[in-house]
Amino acid sequence: MNKPVDAGTLAAQETADERWQREFAASARSDKPTRNRSGVEVKPLYTPQDWSGDYAAELGYPGQAPYTRGIYASMHRGRTWSQRQLIGLGTPADYNARLLEMIAQGTTAVSLIPCNSVFRGYDMDEVHAELLGTCGVVANTVEHMEECLAGVDLARTSCAMNDPSPFTLFALMLATAKRRGVDWRTISGTSNQSDYLSHYVANHMFFRIALPGARRVLSDHIEFCNRHVPNWNPMSVVGQHMQQAGATPAEAMAFTLSSAIQYAEDCRARGMQVDAFLPRFTFFFDISLSLFEEIAKFRAGRRIWARITRERFGARDPRSWRFKFHGQTSGVDLTRQQPLNNIARVTIQAMAGIFGGLQSLHTDAYDEALSCPTEFGARIAVNTQNILREEAHLTDVIDPLGGSYYVESLTDEMEQKILDVMAQVESAGGMYAAVEQGLVQKMIGASARGFQEQVESGEQTVVGVNAYQVEEGAGERQALPTPDPAKMQSHIAAFKAYKGARSQAAVQAAQGRLAAAAGDPQQNLFERVVEAAEAGCTHGEICATLRRELGFGQPLVMV
Amino acid sequence: MTTQPPKVLVTKIGLDGHDRGSRVVASALRDAGMEVVYTPPWQDIAAVVKLAMEEDVDVIGVSSLATDHLIVPKLMQALRAAGLQDIAVIVGGIVPDADEAKLLEAGVAKVFHPGSSLADIAAEVGRLTRARRALNVT
Repeated sequence: MNKPVDAGTLAAQETADERWQREFAASARSDKPTRNRSGVEVKPLYTPQDWSGDYAAELGYPGQAPYTRGIYASMHRGRTWSQRQLIGLGTPADYNARLLEMIAQGTTAVSLIPCNSVFRGYDMDEVHAELLGTCGVVANTVEHMEECLAGVDLARTSCAMNDPSPFTLFALMLATAKRRGVDWRTISGTSNQSDYLSHYVANHMFFRIALPGARRVLSDHIEFCNRHVPNWNPMSVVGQHMQQAGATPAEAMAFTLSSAIQYAEDCRARGMQVDAFLPRFTFFFDISLSLFEEIAKFRAGRRIWARITRERFGARDPRSWRFKFHGQTSGVDLTRQQPLNNIARVTIQAMAGIFGGLQSLHTDAYDEALSCPTEFGARIAVNTQNILREEAHLTDVIDPLGGSYYVESLTDEMEQKILDVMAQVESAGGMYAAVEQGLVQKMIGASARGFQEQVESGEQTVVGVNAYQVEEGAGERQALPTPDPAKMQSHIAAFKAYKGARSQAAVQAAQGRLAAAAGDPQQNLFERVVEAAEAGCTHGEICATLRRELGFGQPLVMV
Repeated sequence: MTTQPPKVLVTKIGLDGHDRGSRVVASALRDAGMEVVYTPPWQDIAAVVKLAMEEDVDVIGVSSLATDHLIVPKLMQALRAAGLQDIAVIVGGIVPDADEAKLLEAGVAKVFHPGSSLADIAAEVGRLTRARRALNVT
């Protein structure tokens, strides 16, 4: 049997802790402090001395406040997570074919990613034709939406629309439902990324109306859904853009929670009851490769939100306290070099989200650093989820890392980091003011630069980029799927014909009412958007009217 | 005669707004001592040409994440039409292999893919600037 070899009698008086410290110091690779992406210093070992929190107050049981261990009692032992892969390419017919194929393969939730032209508020005849349908479906009218959703039971299928303010796609969907005789109260889903502040500070994709107008449309949208589409989640608060743009995980969580506070304050200022709108708030986060940090980020975020909703907003309904979130694996962590390595990266990121207790997950395809994903890449991404869910025994135990000295201590430290950033935002006057002042943009820019410098200096290894490089041919890299130009041309021709054939009087009248509502804060602006969609107005026309009335949203970009 | 630092326009054309790449590159080039003219995303091609002319830049860096690189050949055409063919154009971002060849054929000087180092980008801007100025000295 091996006996530990001590350094004589001196060692006999050492505690186990002291002995470990000595032996560790003698063999550690470096005595430089190790920090995670959020700047938390991470020790080489955690012991019972590192966490002495109150179990009931700080952790509790799943499904019980403060929800550190999960927002539902059964978590992934009950429902696992929704597999919500993003889809969108080409014409409505292309999109519908792909959607029905995915439904046949077991997808239960619709996701609709429109073309960048739609994101930016334009119709297909207002932009460079080369760009149409390359990143999403080109849908501008209620007819297009009908075609996109052909064969989909709107009363039974949760639909997530990537749909910027003024939520035209959702309006087109409501118009579609009305034509089919589907009761709006049966419709469920999410206005993905309705968080205009995240777009204003980070990826600028969904942002097209000046800030005050975007602020109003969102509140109107939330109020409208509360009244008419009660199973729809009108508010999706997004940390994903900010983390993808460079914010550290702690910063991204802090900005997201600060935004959620802002939106809740705005709803409250409009006279809405907190327990009416907070249960319909959802969150959307990036999941980086920093496994434990991400897990701690999510656990800390849940705990902070449970406190904010109860203490700051006085919410009484437990559904208001629950921090429901969708996670997407981080595209920024993927590499163009040796792209198949990305499958390993996505797996680790997805595990971080699962251990972090997410409700819905999108796994990136390995080829996203090369182009929009190929079908081959998308299939591996879906199967990565299937393997994690059904082969790897990850869902056997709820919050399996709870009680880990490290994870509990890190959860506390991340919580403190997050609260520190939130305090900075609060002292700037809240998230809206902090964004107007450029504070958030500056912090994100500095963190993005800082991370890039760590990669360049080699402090942060990126396999295939600054380490373990190999000579690569183009063989590993698949071709980008592109929409068929002929089909797109006939799509455009049909669209122009549609515009000529509809009732111009009805379109004019609806546009007039929309413009008038923009100038009258007493009216619900989103209600007029829905009316315009029903009257046959196109997406671009609705956006153009609001851009004219509410101002164009050029973001404040800080370098 | 003192050598002026390279002057570079960092921009995004088309529809996409993801600007992490353009911001990081712009700040790195500035720190490398270059004069950087930076625009927010969503620029029209005509606006970029006008700005490049007014600012007399040596190099234009176009950042693209979501297929906006597909209209870079139109930018090259517009630059030629304005007599600015001596300005070098660099594209950085997500550009599939097949499209890279098309961009080079259209006159783009260099395509930087994800994983490129800031030092390499700065060196390339410096090299292209020297080449342009050598051309214009006569």
